[in-house]
Amino acid sequence: MSHVPILTLMLIVPLIGAVFSLMAGRETARVIALAATLIDLALGLVLWAQYDVGGAQWQFQEHADVFAGFAWKLGIDGIALTLIALTVFLMPICIGASWNAIEKRAGEYYAAFLFMETLMIGVFAAQDVFLFYILFEAGLIPMYLIIGIWGGAERIYASYKFFLYTLFGSVLMLIAMFWMANAAGTTDIPTLMQYDFAPAAQNWLFLAFFASFAVKMPMWPVHTWLPDAHVQAPTAGSVILAGVLLKMGGYGFIRFSLPMFPLASAHFAPLVWGLSIAAVVITSLIALVQTDMKKLIAYSSVAHMAIVTVGLFAFNRQGLEGSMVVMISHGVVSGALFLAVGVIYDRLHTREIARYGGLAINMPHYALFFLLFTMASIGLPGTSGFVGEFLALLGIYQASSWIALVATTGIILGAAYMLYLYARVVFGDQRHADAAALPDLDAREWAMMLPLAAAVLAIGVYPEAVLAPIRKDIGTLEARVALARPRGDGQVTTGAAPAPVVAALTAAPLKGMK
Amino acid sequence: MDIFHTLRAIAVEELISVAVLVLLLVAAWGGDKAARAIAIAAVAVLVGAAVLTVPLLTGGADSLALFGHLKLDAFAAFARLLIYVGAAVTLVVAPAWFEREGEMRAEFSLLVLLAVLGMGIMVAANDMLTLYVGLELNSLAAYVLASSARGDGRSAEAGLKYFVLGSLASGILLYGISLTYGFTGTTAFDGVRAALGSGSLSLGATFGVVFVLAGLAFKISAAPFHMWTPDVYEGAPTPVTALFATAPKAAALALLMRVSLAGFGGQVAAWQQIVVFAALLSIVIGALGAIGQDNIKRLLAYSSINNVGFMLIGLAAATPAGAAAMLVYLAIYVVSSVAAFLVVLALRDDHGRAIESISALGGLSRTRPALAAALAVVMFSLAGIPPLFGFWGKFLVFQAAVSAHLVVLAAIGIAASVIGAFYYLKVVKVLYFDAPTDQVQGTEPVANRVVLLASALVLSPLGYLLTRWLGALAGTAAAALFRLA
Repeated sequence: MSHVPILTLMLIVPLIGAVFSLMAGRETARVIALAATLIDLALGLVLWAQYDVGGAQWQFQEHADVFAGFAWKLGIDGIALTLIALTVFLMPICIGASWNAIEKRAGEYYAAFLFMETLMIGVFAAQDVFLFYILFEAGLIPMYLIIGIWGGAERIYASYKFFLYTLFGSVLMLIAMFWMANAAGTTDIPTLMQYDFAPAAQNWLFLAFFASFAVKMPMWPVHTWLPDAHVQAPTAGSVILAGVLLKMGGYGFIRFSLPMFPLASAHFAPLVWGLSIAAVVITSLIALVQTDMKKLIAYSSVAHMAIVTVGLFAFNRQGLEGSMVVMISHGVVSGALFLAVGVIYDRLHTREIARYGGLAINMPHYALFFLLFTMASIGLPGTSGFVGEFLALLGIYQASSWIALVATTGIILGAAYMLYLYARVVFGDQRHADAAALPDLDAREWAMMLPLAAAVLAIGVYPEAVLAPIRKDIGTLEARVALARPRGDGQVTTGAAPAPVVAALTAAPLKGMK
Repeated sequence: MDIFHTLRAIAVEELISVAVLVLLLVAAWGGDKAARAIAIAAVAVLVGAAVLTVPLLTGGADSLALFGHLKLDAFAAFARLLIYVGAAVTLVVAPAWFEREGEMRAEFSLLVLLAVLGMGIMVAANDMLTLYVGLELNSLAAYVLASSARGDGRSAEAGLKYFVLGSLASGILLYGISLTYGFTGTTAFDGVRAALGSGSLSLGATFGVVFVLAGLAFKISAAPFHMWTPDVYEGAPTPVTALFATAPKAAALALLMRVSLAGFGGQVAAWQQIVVFAALLSIVIGALGAIGQDNIKRLLAYSSINNVGFMLIGLAAATPAGAAAMLVYLAIYVVSSVAAFLVVLALRDDHGRAIESISALGGLSRTRPALAAALAVVMFSLAGIPPLFGFWGKFLVFQAAVSAHLVVLAAIGIAASVIGAFYYLKVVKVLYFDAPTDQVQGTEPVANRVVLLASALVLSPLGYLLTRWLGALAGTAAAALFRLA
């Protein structure tokens, strides 16, 4: 492996960018931010290229003992790799989305975003539980500022709700981490993933972590911070919130809950299933009646994340791989949808669905992209959404066909609310003169939409690109949780082998045969 | 014990006492015109005292002095350095403040030095009597300091309240000391520890322990003995409030640690529940009380009650790790308080009048970005949100509590910390989200700006680079506390 500490480099580049853009004016700050995120994207590509698929479980490991009590310890497996790739892919697009939209206090804005990027990559790369916790929690401050300063009318309420909800979820996790570090005598995540905690303790530890990840995910009924935060956040804030921050919850389940507490995970799997299918049905129905575009997509995020939790707690390969693909796909698709909303919001400054209509006439290119992302959100074959949801639902079907039955209604309802949204915004008559006069995508917006569309199609047509790096790690995880796997209800038993026809014929001649 | 050894051991006390007497003469002849020079000399004295104290930090042999009344170990050295930092900052910022608010009296710096002398004795006390002498020396100086803005009615009120309630607490403390003496036959900590043993306590001795702890709880402003804190913080001149928030708090907490862990160290079960109760109550009252406050000094008073609650969780663990965690927390808290009060000092309108209302700070980030950023860092740090350094103190005390099998206490305490986060967020909201009011005017002296920058940098994520060094020092200091004579 190369001696360049590439992960640390990926963390430092945005940090330096943040410091500089804090001091710069608007024009300079956005260029600095774009440059920093593009450098990180390039580093991410290097990381992807040099990652040895099927090689050692933990690669690019770095270790520096500069702190007391915890260590600067980084390293990635395939799961972290794909999520880091998602992060560095979305960040330049976020900067692009803010290019003209942010006019006040731009330096601070870009600094907050770059700081977020450092923290997000750090969360996925951290190999020390306390380093993970610090980075995981630190994201609250920049996100609080992003929502509170540059958000919409109700931004203050939304920022408080976001901060206090997620803080409350996380603090109990810290106590659980102390207990684990004490019992296992290490803060090293890979070691803890192999450590067998006492079954009785696992239940409490699981619940403490669950409190944090369920809020972050977010799972029903602790999802209520999400629609508020999404609606009030600026476009790029929503993209990063839906695209990456929500994935921290799923990542937490994969990295901590499942491998560290497999018995408790199995014990509480029915709870997770129950909450998930409730989320699928309830939030999808809520999404159907929304009049605000961002709120609709926010509720659809909760429904999609519920598919992720269902898949994760299916305890089999299809479920786990499917959940990973849903996370990546949802990161791209929901990011793209928020961006699509942002494009017309920037023009008309309203998110009311009723204020639009017939955009296909005056914004045909926009309509095409929006259609693609809508289809991907529904899970049409050929788009990234299909692959993940199919696998995840296949996984849960083996664990419980009833849960699978209810969870699958999410696809139908998803089609309903997304197509209804699309029809009202893009099709129909041009009801409002101002909406009818909106210009189509400009070059900057093309540059943001094209990579997202390409990613959606690429994962949909060739999911192996995402599945290959995670396959071995999912296999390890599957082996780890196999012992605790709950017995599925769809037990297919092989019956007795059918008797050969000829023998049957000779033994019992058909009637009428002479 | 030969006299020279003793004289060497208490060199710091000698230095400060002699300096106070000499400067008193200067003040007598020079009058208030010499106030600034005396302040500078007093800072120099504190630097000298710090230089004498630093070598003790790394441990080595504990030196008992004055027939075992003082124990000058690494623990005392650690606490003393924190006291010197707090006092020195007060002396640095005071002249400029008094210049705006009225004449600075020559005796101001002398009273600070006398308080420092008392605090130094408190943290090194190894006997109930030295404890009381140090505490009273500090308190008497503090009562006068609280009312040192003589033209301000609030200051006089603060001094009076502090005096009346402080005297009451001293009385309770004395009563506890006499009970302890009556049931153990000694006032020396080692003797008390031996006499109390580790078996069940007699009723009288239990009363003694409870009264001593109640008296000390008043001094650290732990709930339910916290009522004086907001009024005194609000009324006292701001540089004095900065002193109260740092040095006496560090001294009283260190004293409480020494009494609990050394004097009553064999009877952890007897006082642990008291400390747990005071800790949780302080966290909750500190958090809830702060929510309705608009005066930033009162807010910081409730914040100090809240933070004391977290430190007491480290004490409740009653382990060396818990004591070390408390010391680290205390060090970070002193830095946070210094930064917070430097910001408060900088809040003035265009007539030079102090702004204490939080709502008047609306949009400060637009008009004074650096000042607003410093206050935001302090607020997030006091709330214990990573990656700011304030998180580290909370991290260590909760880790110590979990290691000492106080998981439920840790869980309740940390959940209650979310309530506290609300009002810190409120301040940040006013600074960053609200429309600018542009009331804060004027510039700060260079010294204030340098100290503010330095403390803000310590509170920033860069502070984590100090964790190993700070952890090692606090570990040595805490170990000294558990080393039995």
